[in-house]
Formats: sequence, C-alpha cells, structure tokens
Amino acid sequence: MRRLLEHIWGRKPFDGGVVLDMHKDGAQVPITDCPLPEVLIHPLKQHIGETCKPLVAVGDHVLRGQNIARSQGYVSAPVHAGTSGTVVRIEEHPVPHPSGLGMLCIFIEADGEDRRQPLGVMMTNWLQRDPAQLRERIRAAGITGLGGAGFPTFIKLLRDQRHPVNTVILNGIECEPWLTHDQRLMTERSDDIVHGLAILMHMTGADHGVIAIEDNKPEAIAAMQDAIHSWQCECEHIASTSVRLEVLPTRYPQGSEKQLIQAITGKEVPAGKLPLHVGVLCQNISSTLAIYRAITAAEPLTERVVTVSGQGMPAPANLRVRLGTPIRYVLAHCGLDQLDGMQIIHGGPMMGERLKHPEAPVVKSTTGLLLIPDDTLYAEHQPEEPCIRCGHCGDACPIRLVPNLMADLIRDQQFEQAEGYQLFDCIECGCCSYVCPSHIPLVHYFRYGKGQLAQLRQERAFAEASRQRSEQRMARLEQEKAAKAARRQKARARSKVATRTADKQQEPPA
Amino acid sequence: MNSLVFAVLALGGMALLAGVALAIATRVFHVEGNPVAEQIDHLLPQTQCGQCGYPGCTPYANAVADGSADVNHCVPGGERTMRAIADLMGVEPKAVEEAAAEPMVAFIREDECIGCTLCIKACPVDAIIGAPKHYHTVIADHCTGCNLCLEPCPVDCIDMLIKPELLEHWSWPLPDTERARTGLKRRSQHAQAA
Amino acid sequence: MMIHLSPPHHHGGDSIRANMLAVILALMPATACAVWLYGWLAVWQILTCISVCMLGEWAALRLMRRPSRLHDGSAALTGLLLALVLPAAVPWWMTVFGALFAILLGKQVYGGLGYNPFNPALSARVVLLISFPLAMTSWLIPATGSGGLDVYNAAQTLHFFFAGTLPPGLSLDGITAATPLGYTKTDALQGISIPDSLATHHYSYIDAFIGSEGGSLGETSALALLLGGIYLIARGVIRWHIPLSYLLTVALLASLSNALAPAHYAPPLFHLLAGGLMLCAFYMATDPVSSPVTARGQIVFGAGCGLITWVIRQWGGYPEGAMFAVLLMNCTVPLIDHYCRPRVYGYERRP
Repeated sequence: MRRLLEHIWGRKPFDGGVVLDMHKDGAQVPITDCPLPEVLIHPLKQHIGETCKPLVAVGDHVLRGQNIARSQGYVSAPVHAGTSGTVVRIEEHPVPHPSGLGMLCIFIEADGEDRRQPLGVMMTNWLQRDPAQLRERIRAAGITGLGGAGFPTFIKLLRDQRHPVNTVILNGIECEPWLTHDQRLMTERSDDIVHGLAILMHMTGADHGVIAIEDNKPEAIAAMQDAIHSWQCECEHIASTSVRLEVLPTRYPQGSEKQLIQAITGKEVPAGKLPLHVGVLCQNISSTLAIYRAITAAEPLTERVVTVSGQGMPAPANLRVRLGTPIRYVLAHCGLDQLDGMQIIHGGPMMGERLKHPEAPVVKSTTGLLLIPDDTLYAEHQPEEPCIRCGHCGDACPIRLVPNLMADLIRDQQFEQAEGYQLFDCIECGCCSYVCPSHIPLVHYFRYGKGQLAQLRQERAFAEASRQRSEQRMARLEQEKAAKAARRQKARARSKVATRTADKQQEPPA
Repeated sequence: MNSLVFAVLALGGMALLAGVALAIATRVFHVEGNPVAEQIDHLLPQTQCGQCGYPGCTPYANAVADGSADVNHCVPGGERTMRAIADLMGVEPKAVEEAAAEPMVAFIREDECIGCTLCIKACPVDAIIGAPKHYHTVIADHCTGCNLCLEPCPVDCIDMLIKPELLEHWSWPLPDTERARTGLKRRSQHAQAA
Repeated sequence: MMIHLSPPHHHGGDSIRANMLAVILALMPATACAVWLYGWLAVWQILTCISVCMLGEWAALRLMRRPSRLHDGSAALTGLLLALVLPAAVPWWMTVFGALFAILLGKQVYGGLGYNPFNPALSARVVLLISFPLAMTSWLIPATGSGGLDVYNAAQTLHFFFAGTLPPGLSLDGITAATPLGYTKTDALQGISIPDSLATHHYSYIDAFIGSEGGSLGETSALALLLGGIYLIARGVIRWHIPLSYLLTVALLASLSNALAPAHYAPPLFHLLAGGLMLCAFYMATDPVSSPVTARGQIVFGAGCGLITWVIRQWGGYPEGAMFAVLLMNCTVPLIDHYCRPRVYGYERRP
C-alpha cells in the first residue's frame, strides 16, 4: 500500500531511489586511533584528475605534512607525507581500484617521532582573511571530497560573479549502509563542523547554511542542533547569515550531491554544470572538518576516519587512520589477521569497489572497509536472467533514465545509441541493479558502455592525429620531390648553357 | 480501354514529375569530392600499415568507396571498423581475415642504432625522430604500431612492444554473465556466416 | 585473474519468480470465481492449460538445449491466464492447441521469456477465436443461471470436456447463452435500442460486478479482478498507469457517446463491467514483457488500448475488442518506449 500512496500523494524529496537495510552497527562506537604502521604508502593519484609528480627522492627525510608530490594541471590535489621518516622506495604498488592494477607510490618508513611540518600560519582569524587566500590554503592542503568521489575541493570553492552561491549544504546524509564515520564525527566534533561550515559560508559569501542529516541518526541530529545553537549565541554579530539543520527521511542515494540539492532546494543541477550554477555549494562532513583543520591548525590532509564493518566483522569500528596505512594492517588492528574466505569492499556496499589486494593503502577516498564472507557476496551477485521489462529499474533511477533499454543497447554493442539515452548522466548509484528481479548487472553494463565509448573516442582522436601526420608527410614528400625536380631542371638548364659553350659536357645523371 | 489509358497517363506523369524533381535535387544538393570515401577514411584507424594491400588508409578508403575493395581488409581496425564500414556502405558484414593483434609500439634499442635514418623515412606518420649519425627515438604516443620501420633497419635494432596496461586507460570489461557472452558470441557467428 | 564484479554488492532480493507468483496469487479470486461459476469444468480447463503450457516450455527449452525455466512460474502464469480467457465449453483439444500455441509460437520462437512482443495468452486466445469462431463464442450458462449443465458433477463435466458428450436431454444451444456485449450488439443490428435490449435480458449491474453472467471463465467478475489488481499495484508488481488510463479512456468515451445518443451507445459502467476489459486492463495489458517500461509510455499505451477497445465494441465485427486492442498496442511498444522517455535530471526538455 505504501507504494500506492507514495505514487498518488507522496512527494519524495528526489526522484527514484530505494529504501535499504542500513546496518549502522558502528553508530555507537566512538572513533579511535589506528596505530602508525612501519611503512606508509602514498599513491601519486588519490583524486579525480591529473597524477601528481614526486617532489622527493629515495633516501630523503620528510616530516609529517610535508608536500611530497605536487599537482600537475588544474584538476589535481597534492600529496603529503603521513608521518616523519625516510623515503625508501618509489615504485608501482596496488591501489584501491576496481582494475586491481598498480600505480606509482611513495613509500615512507616511519622514524617513530611523527614530527610535523605545518602548512603555514594558523589562520584562526579566518573571518578577516581574503577568500582567495583561504582557497589557496585548501588547495595546498590536498583536500578532496572525502565522501568517496575524490574531486579536488578547492575547485568547488571558486568564486564566480555570475553564479553567486547563496546556500552551503553540509552533506551528513551518509546514505550507504554500514558506513558510520560521518555520523560519529557529527556526534563527536559537532562544534568544529559548524565552524567549518562558517568558513565555507565566509568563503562563498553564502547567506544560508544547511546541515542535512537523515532521520536514522538521532544522536548526530541532537549534537549538531546543540552546536548550531551555541554557535548562533556566539556569533550574533553575523546577523544576515542563517544556519539550520534539515532532517530528511532515509532514502538511498540521498547523499549523492545532485539528489541532496534536489531534496533541499527543489532545484536540479543542469547537466554538465556544477552545483554553484544553482547557487549551491555542497560539502561532505569529513571534508569540512579537513578544511577547518587546514585553515585553523595549518594541517594538511594526512588522516581520515574510516568505518570498518560488514557481515564478516565481529566488532565494527570507526578508526582515525593515517593516509597510506596498508589496509591489511588496519584490518589486523581490528583483530582480523585471517582474510581467507573474505571479500573486502572499499567503500559502501552500493558504490564501493571490491578490493583485490589487501596490501593496497588507505587513500583519501577510503570511506569504509567492509568485510563480507565470500558466500554472502556471491549470493548478492546471482546469474543474469532475461529482462522481463518490469520497469522497476526506471522507477528506482534518481536520474530518470531507462536502464533496461540502455543495457539492451550496450549488450548489442550499440554504444552511440545508448549515449543518446543519456548514458553519461548515470551516476552509477546502483539502485537499478539493486531492484532488478532478473539480477541484471546494469551498472556493470553502463560502466562497460562508458569505457567502450571513451576508448572509441580516444582511438578516433588518435586516428585523426595519425591521419594528419600522414597527410603532412605526404605533402612534405611531394614538396621535396617538386623541389628536387625544380633543382634538376635548373641544373639541366645551366648544363645546357654549359654544353652550348663547351659542347662536350655530359648531363648529370638523373 | 479508357481506364488503361488513364493509368498509363497517371503513372507516366508521376514518373516525369519525379524525374524532374530528382534532376533538380542533384543540381541543388551537389557535393564536391567523394564524401563516402572521406567518411570511410574517418572510420579507419590510420595506422597506414598497408596490411590491406593498399599504400595507406586513404587509398583503401577510396577503393572501398568505389567498390573495388571489400570492407574486411583492415586488420588493425578489427571487427568494429569492418562493421562500421559495412553499415556505411549498406553491405553485409564479412569476417576480418586476420585477428587484430594487441596494440603495439615500436621501440629502438638506442645503443645498437647506427643513425641511418632509414626507419625515419619509412615511418608513415613521422613518429620517429633523429638525425643522420645520431640515435633515433620513437615517439610512443604517435606510433601506430604498423611494423613498417622493421624491415628497412639494417641492424635490426627495432622491437615491437605490447603497449603497457595503465590504470588510467583501464576500462570495465563486459559483465561475466552467460547472457552477455551469448550475445557477443552470436554476433561474431553472424559476421562469420555472412 | 579474478573476475570483475561491479557494485552494487547488495541486492534487494526481488526475483522473476516472486513477480510471477504474485500475479498468480492476484488471479486467485478470479480463479475461485471461475470454479464457483463453472465448477469442475473450470478445474479441468485450468489444469489442462497450466500443465500443457509447462510441458510445452520444458520440451521447447530441452530441444533448444537451454536451461529449464519452469521454476520461475512464467509458463504456469501464461497457462492460468489463457484458461481464464477461454469459454468454459471449449473441448480439450482446443485448449491444448491454444496452450501449445501460447508457449511455442507466442513465446519461445521469439527467444523465450522477455523477448515476446505479444502477450502469449492473448495471442493464443485470438488464434483460437479466428480458427474456431463458433466454439469460442458459445458461452456456457454459469451455475447461477438456470437450465445449464450440472457443472458440480465431476463425471458429467469430464465427459463433456474430453468427449464432448452431453447428458441426455441437453443440447449445446440449450446450455449456452449470449453475453451482454453479444446481445446488445445483435439487438442493435435489428434496430433495438441499448436500454430496451438490456431490459429484455434482465441486465443487472450487480450481477455484472459479481460476475454471475455469461463470459469467459475468469473475466466476468469485476470484483474479483479488481481485488487482485489492487493487490498487484499495492505490492508494486504492476503500476497503476496502464489499468487506470485504460479504464478511464473507455469510461470517458462511453460517457461522451452515451450522453450524446443514449439509444445507440451503452453507458460507461456497462462498458467497464462487460467482457474482458477488467481482465485485460489489470493482467494482460500490464504484462511487463509486452508493455512499455516508462510511466508516460504506459499512460499512452493504456489510452490506446481503451480507444481501440471501445471502437471495436461500437463498430467492429466482434462484440468484444479488449484482446485485439492489447495485441495491437503491443506492436507499438518499442515506438512508445522510445518517445516517452522521461526528462532526465538536469535537462530542460525531454529527449
């Protein structure tokens, strides 16, 4: 009956979506520190964008927070040493990536002293600082979206006269099952989060701040409510700004930026545009805290909170982990030495990737580590059956695509037609695969289709470049030939004159 | 009898009108050059390898466009290119004779190179740089893997290497399900049969 | 090398089998009604249909060397649906022929489950109607009527069903009667107005709603069909779009025409309760495989079904047009799906 009522009267905060079993087992477990391992592994790319270039060589001694790899290109985020120690190796090493392939990583052997190098001065008086200066600090701190996507944060903080931001939304939704790190941070460090929000509002010039939390986190809601209240008492002088808490009904994928903006403002982010085009800035809770630390304590991003949970994990934990800590080490700290018969999911169950090498390090986008027994995981991936066109996938799609038709086209290798069905607007939230009664791996088909299209584009571009080079070469050869012919003609003409005078000279051989 | 005359007149009149319309259309929408050959050329991988029996991609495109060559001679383009050309030409797809090898790049062992410039002259896309009596080097990003530089080299110092698999270039394979595989198999069988 | 498994690593647990079983469950009131009205005869028909459909599916998949799909219940559902749209008095071999047609030529030749462009049960029903028009339009008087066959007598019905023999003193004409759609149509041809025709046949809306009048096995009781339909919508197995737009279109057209010329056009409630409309609207038009997937497309599809149904009922050669309407609209599904895609997030216009 719920569906019927929802169809006829209910106004959903965003289109589609599904209601999941949340399994927030770790919600009551306080954040604890994960000890420092002997060697930290820092991949050169932990964000969306260009790979970084190492600034250190093997044998160099570095301090915690020292910039060890700098950005190349605009969309990039620098990497900082996780502790003080010596660079021992710079080589390929597995990273958390669905391919299971490796990437160039900087290995730092800890010296145990954990001495810090600050980013610069502590900007406690941030309200007097120029937003551009604060933005540069955030860029230099290497902060990326810590919700899992890993988009460099400073890019979203660009001030654009044509698109003034009037609302900053803090994303405390955490709609993936099992994950509880943001929930714990909101409970334990609510004051810092509100200050981080104030910094973001100052930087963007926004008048409204919204902290969005789903209604399944009562403790976090209460803590944030108190923090907002005390901040308002403290800062009565900033009268024009308002900060409020928005409690939303639990629904996946509400934590997705586009869906959250729709749920709160009712507006849709135009295709191919950023949230600031609808006057919104959306930031993750962990990222906001990192921003607060980078500005007020001059600390670059060297640690993050990671949830360790899942069916195969007897006691869930929320750990503050140094970036670069090998995942096997984190799990061993949680009491899991034996990983046979277990699958590790890097992230949440809906969008997280299966980890192929537990030696891979914790990176900026590591939100959680879920341990799932083999049988349980394979039971979730049952064999694909024929599509009965029930349309549940389209109902669940928050972007309003028609997943089953797109998958049919991709299965038939008709990628360009699938693109006409807006394949590239798919956010890969997994709702369609989740509801499919035929167990069709729809998201997998979409990823395959996107990959094939990208490859096709790349091949076409390469072919076009080759064709141009070939044409240029042909033109050059033609030109050389013509020049040679001209030279020969000239020589012949000259020799004719010569023969006329000398009368026994021979023509030069052709 | 009357109806017969009417029918002949009506059909004849329609044919005449259509003929005039077509004549006008060819004048109005006349296109210079050979657009089909150009479109085919854009579908080809431009390796300029000559495996099709023509001296380059553009000559092969011209040959396919005027009907003197089949659609299935481009080896590096593989089945996808063959299909695209068959689609464009409106003919049945045919199986490509040889399976496309993995993408390769040429690599010059520089300590053995004598700087003869013969490979530079052979390269159809100017992907080898170097001067006489100096080492030559392949620009890997420009190399099409056509093998044409191997033969001219007097000291056999050029190797063809498999392009390394990079994380940035990795893309998801087809789902490993019976249904996805059957679809793919059936499509290639269809191409083989045709 | 490990295979690549894409997220989500979590599944909601829905299955084809659960969907099919839900539809079968939703058809139980109508099935019960059929047994109440046609006794053992209904039981024989339904059992024959279901078993032949399942046997046909098993044999076809076996021949094609494909894994068996009997467990998902789709063949059983096709059998049940076909039985419910057959008249009670058709002989066994016609039922068997229809069931085999539904599975083999209605479904398996297209590639099996999920690939058939037409509803298998309905296409079999139409083939039977065109091949055997007399048998397919002889409607047995239900147990609630008078002068019919004693359908609660197992032996008698068994003889009638398998051998075609009637008890002494009974003739086929004597135990059959026309349906309301049938007699209004024939009366209209003789110039009798609709209200007069209904009055002479003692038509009652209550009977039509409960279903105690002539018709196919399971199509007469609007009440039973509505109950099942609402269950399906509430469970989320089907959406409300197709049934609602289908029924509303018929009701709207009937109201308009009835208001203009009451003597020639039947009132909307008559249309809604008559013939196979309810069954088609809730169970046939909503067959997921042969209907559009988008909400907007489903509304267009339902409206198209409604229009064709009403047109055939008013001006067509057959008294009932619901099944033709659904089959005709089935052809348009790919086109509807392509043009009725919803507006994608972030775009101003629909694709």
